[in-house]
Amino acid sequence: MAEVSVRKVVKEYEGGVQAVKGIDLDIADHEFVVLVGPSGCGKSTTLRMIAGLEEITSGEIWIGGDVVNDVPPRDRDIAMVFQNYALYPHMSVFDNMAFGLKLRKFPKDEIKRRVDDAARILDIVPLLDRKPRALSGGQRQRVAMGRAIVRNPKVFLFDEPLSNLDAKLRVQMRTEIKKVHQAIPTTTVYVTHDQIEAMTLADRVVVMNGGVIEQVGTPQQLYHNPATRFVAGFIGSPAMNFLPCRVQDGANGGLAVRITDSIIVPIPPARADRYGAYKGKEMVLGIRPEHLFEHHDQGKPGWTRVDLPVDVVEPMGMETMVHFFVDGSPVCARIDPATHAAPGEMLPLTADLNQMHLMLPDTGRVV
Amino acid sequence: MSASVADRRNAIAAKRGNSLRNQRLWALWGSYIALGIFVVMFLVPPFYTLMTSLKSSAEISAQVGSPWLVRHPTLENFWYLITYPNFQRYYLNSVIVTILTVSVSMVISVLAAFSLSRMGFWGSQTLSTSVFLTYLVPPSLLFIPLFQIIGQLGLINNFWCLVILYPTLAVPFCTWIMIGYFSSIPKELDEAALIDGAGYLQMLWKIFIPVAMPGIIAATIFAFTVSWGAFLYPLAYLYTSNQMVLTVGIISDLIRGDVFQWGKIMAACLLASLPPIVIYAFLMDYYVAGLTAGATKG
Amino acid sequence: MADGTNVPVGGLAAASPKGRKTAMQKFAQRRSTTGFLLCLPLILLVACFVVYPAFYAIYLSMLNKKMTAFVGLGNFQFLLKRHTFQLVIFQSCLFAITAVVLKALLGFTLAHLMHNIPGKNQKIWRGLLLVPWVIPLALSTLTWWWMFDPSYSAFNWVLNQFGFANVPWLGVGWIARFCTIAVNVWYGTPFFMIMYLAALKSVPEQLYEASAIDGANAVQKLFFVTLPMMRNIISITVLFSLITTFADFDIVRILTAGGPQDMTHVFATYAFQVGIQSGDIPLGAADSLFMFPILAFAAFFVLRGVTKRTKEIAA
Repeated sequence: MAEVSVRKVVKEYEGGVQAVKGIDLDIADHEFVVLVGPSGCGKSTTLRMIAGLEEITSGEIWIGGDVVNDVPPRDRDIAMVFQNYALYPHMSVFDNMAFGLKLRKFPKDEIKRRVDDAARILDIVPLLDRKPRALSGGQRQRVAMGRAIVRNPKVFLFDEPLSNLDAKLRVQMRTEIKKVHQAIPTTTVYVTHDQIEAMTLADRVVVMNGGVIEQVGTPQQLYHNPATRFVAGFIGSPAMNFLPCRVQDGANGGLAVRITDSIIVPIPPARADRYGAYKGKEMVLGIRPEHLFEHHDQGKPGWTRVDLPVDVVEPMGMETMVHFFVDGSPVCARIDPATHAAPGEMLPLTADLNQMHLMLPDTGRVV
Repeated sequence: MSASVADRRNAIAAKRGNSLRNQRLWALWGSYIALGIFVVMFLVPPFYTLMTSLKSSAEISAQVGSPWLVRHPTLENFWYLITYPNFQRYYLNSVIVTILTVSVSMVISVLAAFSLSRMGFWGSQTLSTSVFLTYLVPPSLLFIPLFQIIGQLGLINNFWCLVILYPTLAVPFCTWIMIGYFSSIPKELDEAALIDGAGYLQMLWKIFIPVAMPGIIAATIFAFTVSWGAFLYPLAYLYTSNQMVLTVGIISDLIRGDVFQWGKIMAACLLASLPPIVIYAFLMDYYVAGLTAGATKG
Repeated sequence: MADGTNVPVGGLAAASPKGRKTAMQKFAQRRSTTGFLLCLPLILLVACFVVYPAFYAIYLSMLNKKMTAFVGLGNFQFLLKRHTFQLVIFQSCLFAITAVVLKALLGFTLAHLMHNIPGKNQKIWRGLLLVPWVIPLALSTLTWWWMFDPSYSAFNWVLNQFGFANVPWLGVGWIARFCTIAVNVWYGTPFFMIMYLAALKSVPEQLYEASAIDGANAVQKLFFVTLPMMRNIISITVLFSLITTFADFDIVRILTAGGPQDMTHVFATYAFQVGIQSGDIPLGAADSLFMFPILAFAAFFVLRGVTKRTKEIAA
């Protein structure tokens, strides 16, 4: 068990391309941290540097209080689960899990005990004699995790472990991973491009983009208080709506956001202090589809009515996505499936402006 | 109205289906017949070898009737060879040379292929390319200078010179196909092994070689065929019968001046072809994989 | 950036890049040193018994017969003026080109026929058709020699049955040339077939389906789908075969030993005759060296084409 620190770490490939541009990250003991971001954001490279599979161009990586920059992977006391599982195809499940222990010259009965324990936790006891090729995707995934567990390492590293599974199995294995972490609370670094996986698994989520960390926080923090436009757009599905706007004086001495000449919405008084400094400036308004819903008469403070022309209606069963165009920007709302919205008609909506975000158009910083 | 349209459609469909099926059937039978003709043509020499090997010297020299058939089959030629010390010697020499060549070649090429497919070092790209180009060098290009070199090494008329020279013919191709097989092993597998605590040689021995076993077998078969069937080097460098291997031994021993003991020669050919044929019969898929790997992976 | 991930950086991190760099370099160096050491046996083998002999051959080719004096290009000039050697050049080219073209055509036909029949039968047929390739060439050529035997020729017997006269198979120049080519075609066709078959199987079925829907007939499919998709494998196979056929020794040596009247000699057998049998090592070396530019030329153009196409496909 150990904490992991990444300090000012840079990864530069030959030709001067920087995959990771000096990131800092502290992971506490027992913590489950998920690195998430679009492909090419440097999350896998970061993980592989922690594993020792990639050299670090500059900076330091600490595991359990030691700098491990020059420590080869086998001496870092880590275990890794790969996207394609990387099971040794010529070895049985038992041998796959025992391989690392055998190389470390563990006594036979100790190996057997550990493998059996792990197999019991992962529910793969009947598979121990099989070869990987005779296993299903989910079973291979379990074996790959078993291989990591038996070593009882300081840190678990997961590199997109669920990407090769079909959607249903992915949800199931997600729960499984969470259960395993609850049973064996080893420090875990988990890389994925799937924000739902990140949100459901993580104690803290690290959102990366273009080789830098955009934000680190609990799933709740990321959802409710995104630090940047990138995070705001990346977390949540469907993605947050972004509308160019201007902050101006509103009724009753308050502030308002002008989106178009006809759509001007009042800023809730609670936010007035925060946004006062931006009066008269061009900004971007961000609001999630779930905070736009069909208009009711009884409102709450901060709720305001906007009428928008319906473009496309997508019924999903438990909810209906309605798409609009506002001044050239697409807007999506998540509304009750009982709606009568039809393309071409105006639909009265309620916007929950308590959940609004304003960001700077140039830097994308949320204010 | 609608019923008649449907009927007509069905009729057309049925007709089309029939003609399509007929066409396919014809193509199939045509292929079988043509292939049959080719097989017969290809197997004429081996068949003739077998027939002759079963004939007595008397039957061959009588020169009456069809040479394609054997009238009084006898195993005397085979018996003669099996008990003939020179032939035993050739066989033994061939076996020794081949076992050593195959082992040396496989060790050299597996190590090199592992290095070239996984550990880049300065010049490793160039080396990979030159391995391929070396494969294109035919034995008959260099046998004259090699004659001198072997002479300087004092290995003329010593079958150990073959153990040195055959690997030059086998190693480039074996390395080349092993690079192909090793490169197809996912990188994550060695990363997993690294994390599990394996060193490079453990990785090679415990992961790469078992996983790339089909490639190893294919390469081994290739090295075997090269070493077993080579003719020019032993013909040029060996001249006494205690050093000769099968290919040259049969020719120089059983052909004396104008006297051709065809029955014995053919029996010897059969016995000498036996190991490659047996290996081929049991490991045909690997054999074919080895043949095609060179071009498809290049 | 956010949520307290900023860690105060101590002097250590700022001061250490230099020291760390050497440690990292050492790590990388160890890896490449291991890599180099693993390749060392290969490098030594190739250097000692391929590269060195190649240069040694050039040196040898410039000596006189007793290897006592340097004669420059004298051996090459001598060879080129000699009628026998002119025959050797002609026969080598005739032998290689005719045999390779025939092998390529027959192999292609066979591969297509094989491709027509269902998979499980393919294996049996493939097994039978590959037999010529499996028997050591020197041994199967002996059988051919025996079948061409003038006194009791198996082929002549068949001809006689149909009322034809005996053919002096290996006794007359052009017929002997034909015989050497025939044996080479018999031996090498299976190799072409197996390569083509592998190539045919690698053409995605969808391409044929797409072209069928586009209205292509069988011939058009062959020319617009099959052949373009197989071009790389065809080139490489032809190159391999061209080199081995051009440098062939076994067939000519056993079947005719160069005769009659030196009409079937190829480079390798002639080099053997002058170099090993007559003991004129320099002349033999010069003779073999004539092969080198021709082979290098063929290899260069074929491989250039292959790499170009590979890049096109990748792009």
